[in-house]
Amino acid sequence: MALAPAVTDIEQLKGHPAVARLVGWNRQAVEGVKFDRDEMTIHVERSAIRQASAVLRDDPKCPFNYLSDITCVDWYPSEPRFEVIYHLLSIPNKERVRLKVKLSGETPALDSLTSVWPGANYFEREVFDLFGVRFNGHPYLRRLLMPENWEGHPLRKDYPVEGYR
Amino acid sequence: MILNMGPQHPSTHGVLRLLLEIDGETVVRMMPDIGFLHTGIEKTCEAKFYHQVVPLTDRIDYLCPMTNNLCYALAVEKLLGLEIPPRAQWLRVMMNELTRINSHLVWLGTHAMDIGAMTVFLYCFREREDILRLFEAISGQRMMTSYFRIGGVALEPPLDFFDRVRKFADRFPSKVDEYEGLLTGNPIWMMRTKGVATISAEDAIALGASGPTLRGSGVDIDLRRDMPYTGYENFKFNVPLGKEGDVFDRYLCRVRELRESIAIVQQALDGMPSGPVKADAPKVVLPDREKMKTEMEALIYHFKIVTEGFAVPEGEVYQAVESPRGEMGYYVVSDGSAKPYRVHMRAACLANMQTLPKMCEGRLLADVVAAIGSIDIVLGEIDR
Repeated sequence: MALAPAVTDIEQLKGHPAVARLVGWNRQAVEGVKFDRDEMTIHVERSAIRQASAVLRDDPKCPFNYLSDITCVDWYPSEPRFEVIYHLLSIPNKERVRLKVKLSGETPALDSLTSVWPGANYFEREVFDLFGVRFNGHPYLRRLLMPENWEGHPLRKDYPVEGYR
Repeated sequence: MILNMGPQHPSTHGVLRLLLEIDGETVVRMMPDIGFLHTGIEKTCEAKFYHQVVPLTDRIDYLCPMTNNLCYALAVEKLLGLEIPPRAQWLRVMMNELTRINSHLVWLGTHAMDIGAMTVFLYCFREREDILRLFEAISGQRMMTSYFRIGGVALEPPLDFFDRVRKFADRFPSKVDEYEGLLTGNPIWMMRTKGVATISAEDAIALGASGPTLRGSGVDIDLRRDMPYTGYENFKFNVPLGKEGDVFDRYLCRVRELRESIAIVQQALDGMPSGPVKADAPKVVLPDREKMKTEMEALIYHFKIVTEGFAVPEGEVYQAVESPRGEMGYYVVSDGSAKPYRVHMRAACLANMQTLPKMCEGRLLADVVAAIGSIDIVLGEIDR
């Protein structure tokens, strides 16, 4: 069971195309990086996520043109409570990168990425439905999986596994 | 007029509700409404040990259960840093490809039946019956096998298993010829599927489509070949591509994938290595049943694993595999305890379904059924 230790030093990881591109575009937007178990994670500042994704999508050397997934993790009771996670794939270069945005517990809100990838639509609706994170600029932010009149956000950690009904 | 293609409908392949705004025969707007099969699997996974999540994963995309098992097992093995022995890897590839054939047979039968070619359905299910008997031989269960476990596979296959698979693999290509003979050159089939529900490559990538839905439009990506896992780098296979992005091209992609999959199964049979089928990690992998009954350490390990689980080092992993529908991914977050902190399933069909409005708006009502069949929708994956 040999696991290499995680690398979190941004200087060492500048070789990765996504890190290089984002650091070159706006160093302030990158709050941290982590390379663990062969996967690159970049912590992006909340207000910069939409532009950062557009920059990564249009990068000429390694275009991360495919949005694989948007999801969320609830770290209740620690703050910042929510972490919205974006998984990007570069189809020409076969590279993956994970972008993370940390949000606080009261009124978690974020810019929607539907203007960058129309495919973000259902993923963001699901995160809104199950966690309560609002996406500004989403064309139709309604519940996706739960019934329309459901109260509460089931995947939050303070929602019981057995449910209320 | 707004027409409700309700959750109960023979052609929607599951509980999918489509709200169609139609003007005569033309679909002006389409809005899918999902969530009828939502069972809260992601929430349930947080309350179970890592090995208890494996049967839950079978039931997410219920037409390719072993592919789900594989994706989850690979994610947790990555978190643990486990090395899987070669025999387990090759067995996984072989059973994964048989699962792919299984899934494509259901797709072909139901898709053809929706469009009107009812005979193909029974032919496909005749082959599927053979494969389900093979699954029953290897794991005891026809569909939800849970055969792939964390650390390898559950059991060594029975002694006559590989002969039975070889007999099936020798027989199968002529059956694919039968299906193609019924459909590919058929003028009615071509008129119903050529030029219908097209989607361009840029739209498909922007909307997040994957698998044959994306390859039918000409985008060359297949995770088995491009980002290989579980030993796929040892196998030679082609990846069929389409050109127009219509229903016919997606049909051809999947039928050719049937042939490629059976070729991979034959390569796996020819080169199957010998050795153990489980990793050497007594704290993670259940010991052999016979050892458990006679040796004290094995009994204790068995007891500990079943009642307390095993702790996984902190971290997170996103593992994606090429399922019959596209990129299926599992995002597993561990906080160092014996239960996963968060398990998220990236369903290929959820993203593929986003292409449906683009394919159907402005086209005829009758083509909606062809479009739904061509993206190979499985609601279990979408709703979880």
